[in-house]
This record gives sequence, C-alpha cells and structure tokens, in this order.
Amino acid sequence: MSTVRARAAGVTGHRLFWPLVVLVLLLMANAIYRPSFLSVELKNGHLYGSLIDIVRLSAPLILVALGMSLVIATGGIDLSVGAVAAVAGAVACLYISEQPDQNSLGVVLTAVALGFGVALLLGAWNGILVAGIGIQPIIATLILMVAGRGLAQLIAEGQIITINSGPYKVIGVGHLLTLPFAIVIALAVTVLVAVLTRRTALGMIIESVGGNAEASRLAGIRSRRITFLVYVVSAACAAIAGFMMTANVSSADGNAVGLWVELDAILAVVIGGTALAGGRFYLGGTVVGALLIQTLTTSVYAMNIDPQTSLLFKAVVVIVVCLIQAPAFRARFRRRRSVPVTPVEPVGTEKEQVPA
Amino acid sequence: MTTTPLAARPGRAWWRVPPRHVPVLATAALLLVMYSIGVSQYRAFSNIQVVFNVFIDNGFLLVVAVGMTFVILTGGIDLSVGSVVAMTAMVSASLLGNGLHPAVVLVIALLIGPVLGFAMGCVIHFFDIQPFIVTLAGMFFARGVCTWISTTSIPITDGFWTSTAQHRIHLGENFVSVGALIAVAVVAVAAAVLAYTRLGRNVYAIGGNQQSALLMGLPVGRTKIAVYTISGLCSAIGGILLSFYTLSGAPLIAVGMELDVIAAVVIGGTLLTGGSGYIFGTLLGVLVLSIIQTLITFDGTLNSWWTKIVIGGLLFVFILLQRLVGIRTK
Amino acid sequence: MSERHPVLTMTAISKIFPGVRALDGVDLRLFPGEVHALMGENGAGKSTLIKVLTGVYGTDSGTITLDGAEVSFSGPMQATAAGVSTVYQEVNLLPNLSVAENIYIGREPRRLGAVNWREMRRRAKDLLARIDLHIDVTELLGNYSLAVQQMVAIARAVDIRARVLILDEPTSSLDADEVAQLMRIMRQLRDDGIAIIFVTHFLDQVYAIADRITVLRNGRLVGEYLTSELPQIALVEKMIGKELDALERLDEATSGEDRAALESGTPLVAADGLGKSGSVAPFSLTIHQGEVVGLAGLLGSGRTEVARLFFGADRADTGRLAVDGTPVTIRNPVAAIDRDIAFCSENRRTEGLVGELSVRENIILAMQAARGWLRPLPRRRQDELVRHWITALSIRPADPEMPVRNLSGGNQQKVLLARWLITEPRLLILDEPTRGIDIGAKTEIQRLVAQLSDGGMAVLFISAELEEVLRLSHKVAVMRDRQLVTELTNDDTLDAARVMQVIASGSSQEGSVPA
Ligand SMILES: Nc1ncnc2c1ncn2[C@@H]1O[C@H](COP(=O)(O)OP(=O)(O)OP(=O)(O)O)[C@@H](O)[C@H]1O
Ligand SMILES: [Mg+2]
Repeated sequence: MSTVRARAAGVTGHRLFWPLVVLVLLLMANAIYRPSFLSVELKNGHLYGSLIDIVRLSAPLILVALGMSLVIATGGIDLSVGAVAAVAGAVACLYISEQPDQNSLGVVLTAVALGFGVALLLGAWNGILVAGIGIQPIIATLILMVAGRGLAQLIAEGQIITINSGPYKVIGVGHLLTLPFAIVIALAVTVLVAVLTRRTALGMIIESVGGNAEASRLAGIRSRRITFLVYVVSAACAAIAGFMMTANVSSADGNAVGLWVELDAILAVVIGGTALAGGRFYLGGTVVGALLIQTLTTSVYAMNIDPQTSLLFKAVVVIVVCLIQAPAFRARFRRRRSVPVTPVEPVGTEKEQVPA
Repeated sequence: MTTTPLAARPGRAWWRVPPRHVPVLATAALLLVMYSIGVSQYRAFSNIQVVFNVFIDNGFLLVVAVGMTFVILTGGIDLSVGSVVAMTAMVSASLLGNGLHPAVVLVIALLIGPVLGFAMGCVIHFFDIQPFIVTLAGMFFARGVCTWISTTSIPITDGFWTSTAQHRIHLGENFVSVGALIAVAVVAVAAAVLAYTRLGRNVYAIGGNQQSALLMGLPVGRTKIAVYTISGLCSAIGGILLSFYTLSGAPLIAVGMELDVIAAVVIGGTLLTGGSGYIFGTLLGVLVLSIIQTLITFDGTLNSWWTKIVIGGLLFVFILLQRLVGIRTK
Repeated sequence: MSERHPVLTMTAISKIFPGVRALDGVDLRLFPGEVHALMGENGAGKSTLIKVLTGVYGTDSGTITLDGAEVSFSGPMQATAAGVSTVYQEVNLLPNLSVAENIYIGREPRRLGAVNWREMRRRAKDLLARIDLHIDVTELLGNYSLAVQQMVAIARAVDIRARVLILDEPTSSLDADEVAQLMRIMRQLRDDGIAIIFVTHFLDQVYAIADRITVLRNGRLVGEYLTSELPQIALVEKMIGKELDALERLDEATSGEDRAALESGTPLVAADGLGKSGSVAPFSLTIHQGEVVGLAGLLGSGRTEVARLFFGADRADTGRLAVDGTPVTIRNPVAAIDRDIAFCSENRRTEGLVGELSVRENIILAMQAARGWLRPLPRRRQDELVRHWITALSIRPADPEMPVRNLSGGNQQKVLLARWLITEPRLLILDEPTRGIDIGAKTEIQRLVAQLSDGGMAVLFISAELEEVLRLSHKVAVMRDRQLVTELTNDDTLDAARVMQVIASGSSQEGSVPA
C-alpha cells in the first residue's frame, strides 16, 4: 500500500507528468470534437493522420527549442532564432531559385549547405558578442533579431522567393521510412543533441557554466568557449528549422518565416522544466513542451475556436500548465505526505539539562 | 599590536567616477556624440524641436520603460507591457465610443493595467513561477482581450481626448505635448521613488540577491508584487498616452514593443540580472532608440529592410562602444 | 537565579527535508543576558534549527515560545520585528548596495518620508568605527573582502537591538583581532540583558564567552550544559559521539625534519617578482616538492591575492613564474591546472561550488574539465572516486546525488576539497580550507595535508588560524599590507607570538626572539 502510494507520488512528482497530462487532455478534447482525430492510417507506405500532422508541424519548433535549451542552460537567451531561420531559409531558396535545374539533388544540397553556413556565421556572431565582448545575451541577440529580419528581406530584395524544387520540398513534407521526413530530422537532431550532451561531459559542463560561471572558470572550464558554442548550436538548429518552414510552403518570406518562434521556443523550454536562470536543462522536457505548444496551436485551428479568443485560450493553458507544475502551487493543495527518510544513528539516550 | 585597518582599499583620487556610474555616463556621452553626428549630417537636426519631438513621439515608450526598469531591477521581466498598452488604448477607445464620460474612462483605463500587474505579481510570488512565463501568459491574455473587443481599429472622437491630444504647450518657439510632460513627470516620480523610498531600496535589494533580502527581513513578496503592479500602471499610462497620440485604439498596435522597452532599459545600463541600474539610464536608453529612429527618418532613403539592418547596426555600434568605454575605465 | 524565565524556548522541534531528517525532537532554552553556544558537527542541524526559529523554514512539529507566548514566524521579517535578529551562516548581504545601505536597509533613517542618505552614512560610519572598522561606507559591499562583509553583517544585526541575537558561525572568516572585537560587543550586549545564540567550531571561543552549551548530533539533542561544568574534552566527545583519540595524534604531524632534503633540487614552483598592481606588490616565493608553505597575515593583507596569481585566477602584470625550473606564463586557471596546480577558493559559494549540481558532479568537475568534454569520466569510475572521498572526508549526508546547495556549510567545504584532491595535483593551494569545518573533520584535513606532503605534494596553505599554519607548514611566508614581508623557517624556535610580531611590525629583524 505504502509502496503503491510512494510510486504514485514518484510518477505524479515527475517533472514531465503534468505537461504530459495536459498534452493528453488536449488530444482527448480534439478527439471528442472530431473522432477521426486519433486515427492514423498507412497510405502508399506513408503514415497519415492528425496526430502525425501535429508532430510534423512541431518539428521546427522542437529543433529551435533544443538549441534554445542549451543557450538557456548557460544562463543566456537567444532571441535571434526566428531571424536566423528566416535568413537560412532565404539563402537556400535564393540559391535554388537561381539554378536552372531546381530539382537537382546537388543544387538542393549546396543550397542547404550555404544556408547552414550563413547560419553558423550568425551563431558565431552572437557567440562573440556574448562570450567574447560580454554583452548581455538578451540585447546581443536582439541586435540580430532586428537586423536578421532585414538581412532576410535584403537577400530576397523584399520579395517572397518562390521555388519549385522537389528535393527541397521533401524536407518539409516528404517521407522517409513511412514517417514524414521532418519528423525524422527532428528525431535525429534530438538524438544527436542528447548524445552530444549526455553521452559526453558537455551537458554537465554547460550546466556548470550556467549554474556558476566563475566557479566553473576556477575549476578549469573554458566557460567562454562553451558559451560561444551554444549560440552556434542554437543557430544551427534554427537553420534546419528554417529549411523546414520554407520547404513546407516552397517559398521564403523574410518577414514571416519563424515569426515569434523565439517566444514559443522559450516557452517550450520552460514548460519542459528548464529554469531561465540557467543550470539544469532537460531535453526530453523541451520536446514535450514543444509538442504541447504545437498541439495547442493546431487545436485552436482544428476546433474552430475563433482567432479572436485563441490567444486567451493559449494564455489559460500556459498558466495552467505552469501552475500545476509549480511545487509552491501544488504544496497548497496537498496534504503533507510521509517522506522516506534516511535513518539516523541513534544518539545516546542521555538528555541532560541544567538548571536555569 | 598594530591596527592595520581591515582591508583598507587603495586611496582613490577625488575625480575618479565610482565604477557603478560608468555605464550611465558612458551612455550619456555616446548619446551626445550620436546627436552631434546627427547635427553635422542634417541641418534640421540642430533644431531643438527635434529633441522635444523625441519626447512627444516616444513619451509612451518612456513611461513603459520606467515601469520595466522597476521590474528588471528586481531581476524579473515583464513581457506583457506591449499588450497592456494596446489593451488600455482599446478599452479607452471602445468605452469612449460607448459614450462613457471621459473621466470614468480614464479611471477604468488606469485601473486595468495595475490590476493585471498585481495578479501577475501574485502568481509570480506565491506560486514561484518564472516571471517570463507568467508575463508571457499576461501578454497573450491582454492581446486576446484586444482582439476580443474588436478586430479593427476604433477611432476616438471624444472631445476631451482630442483636445488634450492636440494641445501644445509652448516653450519659447518650441512646444511639447501634454503626453510628453506626463512622461517626464513619471520619470521624475519614479527616480525619486527608487532613490528615496524604502520600496525603491527593497527593489535593488531583491535584485542583488533575493535570498539574502529575505534573510535580512525585507518584504520580498510585497515588493515583487509591487513592481509588477507599478509596471502595469506604467503600461496603462503608456496606453493612454498612446491613445492621445494616435487618437484610436488598435488591436495590433505595440506588438513587439516589450522588446524595444527591454532594449531601452538594458542600453541604459541596467543589468538584466537585477540589482543595478538607474531610471536616468532608462531615459538615456529611450533617447538612444529614438535618435536612431530619428536619424533614419531624416535620412528617408532607406527601405524597410535596410532600416532594420541599420537599426541593428547602430545598436551594435552603440553597445560595443558602451562596453569598451566601460572596460577602459575599470 | 532559579526564578529566571527563558526568553526563548524551542520544544521538540523536528524538521524533515526530502530524504534527510535534519532535526528530530530538539529542545533549546535561551535565557536573557546569557551567551548560549550551539555546538555540533557539520550537518548536525545547527543552522537548520536557527532557520526554523526565524521562520525561514516551517517546522514539521514542535513549538517555539518567545517571552512565554507561542510564536510561529512566517519569515525573517516577522522574526526581526519580534526582536530576533540573526546573522546567518555564509554572509547574506547585498553585494550590489553600499555598506551603509546594507546596515540600514529595511530601517533607513528617514526625513519627511524620504530616505535620509546623509544621516544613514553618518550613522553607519559611527557604528563601524565602534567595532574598529574604518572603511568607506559609500563603497559597494561586494568590493570588500569576506571578513569585512562578515563584520558588516554583525554590525547590522547588533544595531537592530533585538532581545535575541543569533550568530551562526560569525567568526569563521575573522582574524584574532576581529574576533576580539566581536567578543567585546557580545559581552556588552549580554550585560545589557540580550540573549545570544552563538554557533562556532572554535572551542576556545566557546569557553571564552559562552555561559551555556547545547550540543546537537545528527539532528538530535545530546544535552544542555553549563560551560563551567563541561570540560573541553567532554564537549568534543558529546559532539562526535565517541571517545576522542584521533585528535591527539596530530601534533606529531609537523615534519620539521630534513629541510635540507626538501630544498634540494629545483623548486616545483618559483615566483620571481610576481605581482599585480592594485592587488599585491611583487613578491618572490619558492615552493618545493613535498613542502608545505604557510601564508600568514591579517585579513586583507594579500594572502588570497597571492594564491590567485599562482593559479592564474588573476593575471599577473609583473614578474615571472617557473614550474620545475622552466619559465611559464599562467594566464588562466586552465594553464595552471595543466601544470598540476590546484586552488581551493576561500569563497566556496561564489567561487567554488555549483549549487545546483550534485555532490558527485561537483567533485568530478575539475577532473572532467581537465580531460575535456569529449572524454567523459566513466560513470563507474566517478562513483568509485566519489564514494571514496565521501567516506574519507566523512561528507554527510553520504548521498552523491544530493544537490550540493542542500549540504551544510562544512560539508560543502569538504566537497570543494574533494574536487581538487581527486585531480592529484603537484601543488595544492588551500585558501582557508578548514573554515567552518568541525574539529573532527578539521583534524582529518590537517592530517591529510601532512600526509599529502609526505607523499610529495607541495601545499600552499592559507589560514587565519596561526596555530594551524604553524602546525602544518615547513616555511611560513608573512604578508602585510599586500606585500610579502618575510619568510620564516618553521623550526622549533618559531611560535605564534613571533609570527604575530612580524605581522605587526613588518620585519623579522626587530623581534626580540633571536633568529
Ligand atoms: N534546504 C535543504 N534541503 C535538504 N537538506 C538540507 C537543506 N538544508 C540543510 N539540509 C540538511 O540538513 C542537515 C543539517 O544541516 P545544517 O545546515 O543545519 O547543519 P549545521 O549543523 O549548520 O552544519 P555546519 O556546521 O556544517 O554549518 C544536513 O544534513 C543538510 O544536508
Ligand atoms: Mg551551519
């Protein structure tokens, strides 16, 4: 009995329990509204269905949020991800649009490489501002958030670049091994980042820098190098997201690609349990957070909640998720539970007291 | 036994500026430099009315930035400001449209912001949720209210509003608007509150180290709730100033304004981690942003994307110089 | 006498943290006009008891009465208002505000409702002058050393003029002089009828001032005693819960033998005119393999600064450093660590530990950093190392996955020490390694240092306690006013009085003791 309760406490106490519950509730609400929602079918060897769609649409957000997790873990923040995604997408699309054969795989690979390269440069720029010059991250990345949008429009000369490239489109809407290609990419990057941080010591070192930069420096960690690195990684993730977003619609609009994605990404990271002050980060939580936000967005459309109130709806869900996750909130609605306690060695029975 | 004074610090020459004032002074100096560049480039820039216009055009930004300074000084952040500004303007416009008396409208409009701020402060304090999230939700909420009131812009035709908006207060050959004066008054009051009241000192204390402030017996919770309420109030005032300025309420006005405001505060030398900064710095930060804007409008040849790139570039140059000056004097 | 009523009683207090029973039915009585020492090993629950009292933590059970009325403070604000003023362990002030503000914040002198800055500065200056602290009160607190901050914290607490004054390890970062000042103030307050709770690991101080002692062990009450009736040995036994034998063995630790053998060959590390303007004047100092060099001097005399230059934590702007006779430039800690130099900072909270990370992660941090992130230390090896050092230094609770911020102050210090010991450095710089550590563990650490140096490790040992420096070092370098004034060989003739004299006069020649 007590072990059952203890186990239940362990499950409900888990960081991801409540976000997952809300996610499931949202999905159920959708299913009630539209019973076909939960069905997943296999057509021509490809999986289709609303659930798959939600995951596919989440892919860019997941990517951006993964990079953001690392940045936030070091105690920073990256506001430029949306702009970087727009620039990377614009560069790739511009290159493709200028080639005679837009369907050649080589062209698309070059385009992606170009876009990726530019994004890495932008990431390095952020990294230098923050780690090298010591500008506060929010303002350092704000510069690129503003200027990057301009850059993306400049690349396209203010136009929307439309392309007609089969291989590029695959990034957004293609399939691989029955799954949408975007999901495969998001999965691959998630695994890559997880392995990179958790199978090596990188994760701990990032958390250490975010937890106490000076102590880390005195322990022999090259804090600046780590800080620089996370901004580059973040930009790289944003670039891939940018390819997906532009591939989805086969066009690049410097103004619209990745607009406000930084806020959603930060939200996803925080819902996933990572503190904005830096320190511990949780990649799994970030992915769940991103899925939750995308589900929310999709539900609002799918359930025909009129756009005027959709923001109110979003506000309510966000605050509810955060509230039930907050220990301080839960403590108010919970009776004191017995806590497993390590036994103490008994102290001699003598309890002496002396007169006042 | 000698009494070597404990950790006596090497003497400092009287003219040396305390290091904590360097960022603000550097900002002021750079601002002057930037203004002189403007003057040397465009003749019209030397007209003092340009300076007044900065206050007229950006009074609402200044007021909101003042509120944000309180929040950031405690180490928090308030993302809801832009939406609250819009919401206040929307509510005023719609109530005025319904024929309510302007005084009543003014009171109601001035109340919504602080109430929302108070609520957010309570959630942040009592449930220990990160301010970023709570105020982001607040931002969604306020924007939702805007679109819920109306999806299109509502013009204001009320007599009090229009006459206040158009009223010019002459100072010699130049003039300022009522809004600009209100903004300057808010700055003065806020600076006094921060420097001369217990609330002000507690704000700095919490930003320095919340745990220590708690252990020192300071009213941490009350202060935290207060700063979000103050920020809400400033946003409400900002919203009213904006409604004077535009004589309408539009659901999508001031989108992204929170970032401008945060930028202004940070450029003014306030640390985002809290505990260090001045209202005067924030004033300078707003001026920097406005002068960048003014320079670009004076130039007038830039298209929209070059405008963004130039804004980013100027911001960069400015922050870089500020940083370099700061390091040099350290 | 028998009719005295306690001003404060705590009865059957229990406090449970997840996984740890920090307090288990503890009682405490406090009488007006007495100094009551709260004693116990690291992690015994002293600080927790204090925080329960002032409402930082809620209790799980138990009652607190103040002046006979039951109270339950919701936080330090209420406690202070009710007349309980506290200096918590680890200075808890605001580095971003001026010294004067730190003393008066929350009760600023006001005129017409506005904070009266001039009055505040004047009062702060007077107050500090009374404890012989002559500093610029408009300067930011963070610019001063830990010791000054500690004195400021004490000044603040004392000035509140409460009925109950609580001092949790106020002396751990103070020198003899400041301790004497503090004692003077405490006596004065006691004579005014104020009740004082005093926590320390220095037994001498307890016997110098305390009237009554309460001993805790493992979160339980061992008993309450009158100081006059409890011999020192008995007190220690009650604290550690076993017969005292280990402590005796230390005196032999100093190996004054064979200086010649030690000093033969090239020094391991040699500083030649190393210095940094505004921090420490150029100095020369050699450290040989297997040698323990003590750094003595008053607070703020530049001891820590010397250590930081050796480690590259600060960059020297003059002079040279040679390791094994080869000149090297050490620009940053990474370079120093590459040359097998390790540095345990005195400031464990801001420069030492990463509070959020676990004990295990904190211990392996330096070793992992040296290996580079691509070569993670295998988990099994980590556990092995960590388990070994947790036992060796008796870190409690012995849970490697506990976030280090939840450990008691002394145990945090041990974690920091373990971090560097596992890297097996050739030169270990210890800045106040025994600060806040209970006497059992302190002896343990001292013995460890002796043992390590026997094994060939060079140690630069900084401590405010002269006895400790003398017990361990082969050579004592004396600092004064940010200069290294002299080096003294630690032979039979050297004693604390002689070193004090050098510190005071600034030269070794004037002393009456023949060299
Ligand atoms: N916030 C916390 N969360 C979990 N455990 C805690 C927390 N604070 C203290 N503890 C645990 O409670 C026990 C008592 O700690 P406390 O700080 O009271 O010890 P102490 O007697 O003051 O020791 P020291 O002499 O080292 O300062 C320790 O085992 C410590 O790890
Ligand atoms: Mg303690």
